[in-house]
Amino acid sequence: MAENHRAVVKLKERFADSILECKEFRGEVTVTVKKEKILEILKTLKEDLRYNFLTDVTAVDYLGQSPRFMVVYNLYSIPNKDRLRVKAPVDDSIDSATALWNTANWLEREVYDLMGINFVNHPDLRRILMPDDWVGYPLRKDYPLQGPDREPYKGRLS
Amino acid sequence: MGVDQPLGENILTTSLDSLVNWARKSSIWPMTFGLACCAIEMMATGAAKHDLDRFGIIFRASPRQSDCIIIAGTVTKKMLPVIQTVYEQMPEPKWVIAMGACACSGGIFDTYSVVQGIDEALPVDVYIPGCPPRPEALLYGIMKLQDKISKERNSFGSTIGLGEKLEPAA
Repeated sequence: MAENHRAVVKLKERFADSILECKEFRGEVTVTVKKEKILEILKTLKEDLRYNFLTDVTAVDYLGQSPRFMVVYNLYSIPNKDRLRVKAPVDDSIDSATALWNTANWLEREVYDLMGINFVNHPDLRRILMPDDWVGYPLRKDYPLQGPDREPYKGRLS
Repeated sequence: MGVDQPLGENILTTSLDSLVNWARKSSIWPMTFGLACCAIEMMATGAAKHDLDRFGIIFRASPRQSDCIIIAGTVTKKMLPVIQTVYEQMPEPKWVIAMGACACSGGIFDTYSVVQGIDEALPVDVYIPGCPPRPEALLYGIMKLQDKISKERNSFGSTIGLGEKLEPAA
């Protein structure tokens, strides 16, 4: 179970009031934390628990809920061959992890580009996939699939 | 021809159009613009089995010496300005082949980031359907382009000041 996971035990000791949820599903451990402490938690995971590789940063749009977004960090420990997922609910901004992992630079730019989440203290927060002059954030649930300037698809009628 | 070889054995007479069109269609150098899986079929068309070289078609990876641009694949809105720049760098006369469903119409990618057909930006001469088109289809499309070139009338003459370019006879 997730409660016995080494990293989860350690996190619960140190950040008891910042942990919102711990879950295990099919061998994947996920820890949901408060966004205010995200940098300290990631730092502990990287430096003390040897999760030294940030595989991916991404985000989920839970349209209609509050906070609306969930930023997801997928970590991997190369020495321990172990994965851990850290999530943080976010409304519009969260601290940047670029100080810990350089790879967070481009990963966070992608999340900013497609979801419109601001990463505080990011050294170069601009679009990475879409054209520089693009308006809107295409992976948000309320973004029309075919773009804002086109009639939406209506199946065989369109 | 009713004339008893007045010009000797080593001189042929023809019209300017026939000569120019024959020269142009027999050595189309396409600028490759491989954007997706169509590019793989385009490479297969150029390789040994289908062998584009036998038509005088040699891929030229520079727009400055190309006659034709093959748009092979999905054109995203971010890539479109690049394609337009490359197209503008090609010298006249130039032709455009839209290869595959994506280049013709956007294909299955009916989304915010994909151009719904390269004909929104470039004047397309030949559309090749297929997803991706087989090499035979690309070959057929190129031969259609050759037909089109050989029907052009006074396109060379008009550029050197000899009258207007004429619409090709159907």
